[in-house]
Amino acid sequence: MDWQAIWLSIRLASLTTLILLAIGAPIAFWLTYSPRRWKFLVEAVVALPLVLPPTVLGFYVLLAIGPRSPLGALYGRITGSMLPFSFQGLLVASVLYSMPFTVQPISAAFAAVDRRLLEASWCLGVSRFDTFRRVIVPLAMPGIATGAILSFAHTLGEFGVVLMVGGNIPGVTRTVSISIYDQVQSLNYGGALQTSLFLVGVSFAVLAITYALQRRVWAIWPAS
Amino acid sequence: MAGELICRCRKRLASGFELSAALHVPLEAPVTVLFGPSGAGKTTLLRLIAGLERPDEGRIALNGVTWCDSESGIFVPPQQRRAGFLFQDYALFPHMTVAENVAYAAEPAGTRKLLETFGVADLAGRLPRAISGGQQQRVALARALAARPALLLLDEPLSALDAPTRQRARHDLRRLLSESGVPAIVVTHDRMEAIALGDWMAVMIAGAIRQAGPVREVFQRPADAGVAESVGVENVLPARVTDRHSGLLSLQVGSVHLAAVDGGETGEVFACIRAEDVALTRDPARTSTARNCMAGRVQSIVFEGPLARVELDCGFPLVAVVTAQSVTEMALQAGDALCAIVKTTSVHVAE
Repeated sequence: MDWQAIWLSIRLASLTTLILLAIGAPIAFWLTYSPRRWKFLVEAVVALPLVLPPTVLGFYVLLAIGPRSPLGALYGRITGSMLPFSFQGLLVASVLYSMPFTVQPISAAFAAVDRRLLEASWCLGVSRFDTFRRVIVPLAMPGIATGAILSFAHTLGEFGVVLMVGGNIPGVTRTVSISIYDQVQSLNYGGALQTSLFLVGVSFAVLAITYALQRRVWAIWPAS
Repeated sequence: MAGELICRCRKRLASGFELSAALHVPLEAPVTVLFGPSGAGKTTLLRLIAGLERPDEGRIALNGVTWCDSESGIFVPPQQRRAGFLFQDYALFPHMTVAENVAYAAEPAGTRKLLETFGVADLAGRLPRAISGGQQQRVALARALAARPALLLLDEPLSALDAPTRQRARHDLRRLLSESGVPAIVVTHDRMEAIALGDWMAVMIAGAIRQAGPVREVFQRPADAGVAESVGVENVLPARVTDRHSGLLSLQVGSVHLAAVDGGETGEVFACIRAEDVALTRDPARTSTARNCMAGRVQSIVFEGPLARVELDCGFPLVAVVTAQSVTEMALQAGDALCAIVKTTSVHVAE
């Protein structure tokens, strides 16, 4: 089994999930509570990776972070290195690619929190941010956990985007799915079988945990 | 702390309903009742006062401090108004215990005492869904008071309770509100609740405040027909419980004794009689003993369409609404001596 690729995928998926929680939660909050009428446009943009082929998304990301784009040039000037075919570039692409898997469950969980609880908190003199921290987040925790787990699992299995943006550099951008593809290409069916089985096992475990959380198999959070 | 709440604002809701209310509440009265039929805009007005809604135009001020003024663009957010808001279904935080709910916006040191005052100390470790509606109401009130509000706003605080609990809860609520020392505005559409809870009341109909004043005055002298219809022309008589036996209370009203159904009330109470429930006769001998009979004199007769409003002096003012036809048949005139008859079950006792 290609442990190097597995370790890289786990690192990529963990970091992607952390970054997505940090930027996905505020986006979900805005989508849920903003009174703006045109917020459906933002909703549609966030959901684009669900329908776009990974190659299309990967291609645009490659152009956007390339050395000739303003973003890529800025990154190059600051860090002295380039984003395409690097782990960091992969991270940017993964964040965009898994965004809907974080934002949608969290947004649904925020929307399910009774608005009167927020108003009760405000009337008790508690600021909007503290209300978010003390009322919304605990009550939306199952949705936040679902969002995090799905992003992790989705990143773990991505293929097309990685190939477009990261290529196939062992220890830098060769993830599990790329490694399996390589093994099959070199007719190493035994290795491919092992690694695939590993991915199936992890994916199944992650999904089982997600659905168990939603069905409250374990009483981790009080019912709202 | 004798202050006042001034609220004069307009708000058009998405449904097309327009609220245009002018309200002055003197806050030396412990409890003010905002009374009116469902859909009159009472809850919206309460939300405007709390800062949960923004008026289209108008001004709201408490004790001289402006909370909202559309002309100068002032809008104090709910956090800084500190108007404790009690929601109809209490809105307790479901993921926090009773003690955590009460301590949510307060020092933990003070909450122990509040839990005891509100009789929920032994529920401290329970979650809101594991306690009864009456207990939830007390926890919500304790939580609001723990934040040291300048004003309490209660939206139909008893409507989520079942009927037997409501009676008791009404009594407790009145006591807790008076003891809290924080002026309260209570929204209700129940006239018995208004009488039992309120010192001062404002009647709201179709988005406007139609009358405001001491509770008894509003019930006895409705400003217009609309108010009279919504409050139900009521006689609200100060009374004292003198005796009770076989399920009946004996009430003394002035020099008259009235019988009423015993609901467990004691001491100083109000005997409430709808004017429609008062019958008039010149011949008290023919009435059954199960009925209350009050001798009095006709003060005035006012015809209102097919009905007539007869004001009597029975040692206290008593209003009867009877058909114009019966007034004609009895040839009633001001100054006539007669007897006002009220069924025992028509005397409602409010503490």
